[in-house]
Amino acid sequence: MSPAATTNEPILERAPVLLRDWLTGSLPERARWVVNSLIAIAVLLAVFGLLFAFLTLAERKILGRIQNRPGPNRTGWFGLLQPFADGIKMLTKEDIVPRTADPVLHFLAPVAVLAFSILTFAVIPYGRHLVPVELDASVLYFFAAGTATELAVFMAGWSSHNKYALLAAMRALAQLISYELPLLLSFVPVVLAAGTLSTTGIVAAQAGWKWHSVPHWFVFTPWGAAGFVIFMISALAESNRSPFDLPEAESELIAGHLTEYSGFKYALFFMAEYFGMCALSGMAVTLFLGGWQAPLPVLEVIPSYAWFAVKLLGLLLGFIWIRATLPRLRIDQLTRLAWKFMVPLALVNLGTAAFWSLTFAWAGPLQLLRWGVALALVAGPFRLLGRGLSAGLGPRTYRYA
Amino acid sequence: MLGTGLLQGLAVTAKNLAGSFHDPDRFVTTQYPEEKTRLPEAYRNFPFLVSESADDPMGTLRCVACQICEKECPPQCIYIEKSKDKKPDAGGKMQLYPQVFDIDTAVCMSCQICVEVCPFEAIKMDQVFEIAATDRFTGLMLDRHALAKPNSYYHQIHPTEAAEVDGRLAAERKAAEEKARAAAAAKAAAKPAPVSSPQPPATPGAEAPRMPPPAA
Repeated sequence: MSPAATTNEPILERAPVLLRDWLTGSLPERARWVVNSLIAIAVLLAVFGLLFAFLTLAERKILGRIQNRPGPNRTGWFGLLQPFADGIKMLTKEDIVPRTADPVLHFLAPVAVLAFSILTFAVIPYGRHLVPVELDASVLYFFAAGTATELAVFMAGWSSHNKYALLAAMRALAQLISYELPLLLSFVPVVLAAGTLSTTGIVAAQAGWKWHSVPHWFVFTPWGAAGFVIFMISALAESNRSPFDLPEAESELIAGHLTEYSGFKYALFFMAEYFGMCALSGMAVTLFLGGWQAPLPVLEVIPSYAWFAVKLLGLLLGFIWIRATLPRLRIDQLTRLAWKFMVPLALVNLGTAAFWSLTFAWAGPLQLLRWGVALALVAGPFRLLGRGLSAGLGPRTYRYA
Repeated sequence: MLGTGLLQGLAVTAKNLAGSFHDPDRFVTTQYPEEKTRLPEAYRNFPFLVSESADDPMGTLRCVACQICEKECPPQCIYIEKSKDKKPDAGGKMQLYPQVFDIDTAVCMSCQICVEVCPFEAIKMDQVFEIAATDRFTGLMLDRHALAKPNSYYHQIHPTEAAEVDGRLAAERKAAEEKARAAAAAKAAAKPAPVSSPQPPATPGAEAPRMPPPAA
């Protein structure tokens, strides 16, 4: 958290920093740094832990509503205590480790998957003064930590000594390697435009409004919109969410890498999945949706962290909505989508972004030309690649004996 | 174009999400313990004993303790003890009645064979499904007080079937009355004598007067 809270800002904007300084102000300099960091960790864990709890409830409620049923509504008011009931249930369940499993790796996998997904929370700017750790290459750090969770998924599948778990682990690796590429390629234009790998710098680059109404968010540029969509699709795959939840495809693999996990270890995997979803959504907000910036100048009265929360929740609802809509892909469809469609599109998008930043000075009618060319660079490859994506692989015909 | 199908799908789910808030008719589920769906008429499980009146169920049981159901029951879950005395049934005829009539619903498999074999329309299939008990030896052992339910209840759960049964019983009663009247007339014509005292009816149960086997 940056200490530079200027006094001419609204009190709500400064409130978290003021509160922290009031708590730790009397400590010596060295201890203050440690205690400040510990406070940041505690707050992050508490906020995202609660978000995870209520996200599971929201997900079940929304899925229910979409399927025309009320969802959990028995535990507490509107089912609001359901996450806690689930937590107690998970804690009281027996912890079963298969006799032939590798006990150390089997224990380590859920710990590692959760640890790596929590690490990613460190560099997201949650508000104007709420950046837990400021790094020069924080985007790089984020994706490095996020990718490490896949190692833990493979660890879980391997150590379980179960054919379904191992199959799931191999699927997970194939999927995650495939989608790591478009995920990384989709944010390279952002780094190009912002000229920095630091998340605070990227948010700062999206500050300001055009004609006092259109924010300078990257999603409002042709390459930004395309990059955002590619990023979100890859994020779906990276966080093993439907329609890319192949590693735990229950119709084929029981529960995939979670097959041999029970009790709280299972809950840890679950938690890591939601943390990963939250972290990737937070990163998408930072990279494309202007981070904690308000959409309109007048709305700056509302503190920046509230705007971040609104955008984050919006993306999370999108995740849930997509889960409720789309059926699971086959593994060949999944990798085909990544390698034949998203990777080329992301590469072309890099060129679009380069064009966009080179033509920065164009004005007047040239501005129209700039938009036209950029949109054509986005839509053209999309149409062309989309046409060839399923060619020759159309609907399967089945012959019955 | 690629992706339009995805957007259509997302529109469908969004429509359902919004619709479920303003249109309760969309709901496909019932909030079970508070609301209950009406069971289909053909739904059946566990037998009950039909009594003519709700006020005096023990006095108006249709069962005459013939023990056919007890003998036919495949899992042997019925136990009957005949009465020593007789009581008039709905038609006024003197009949035995079950002193003990137990069904162990922990054993009963709801096969309906007891209902099929009963010549007196005295045992019918119920629609209960909430008979959970904490002790399977006592909680699920239903005696005749628990089993007796009035004919009106039968009409409520299986209206068509109950109407049919009532019609059949009425026809039988009418035929019996006419027969009795004809017999009385014939007797009166032959020799004026008092009406013969009611004999034990020639029921199928009476043809097999062996002692009941001990309940399994």
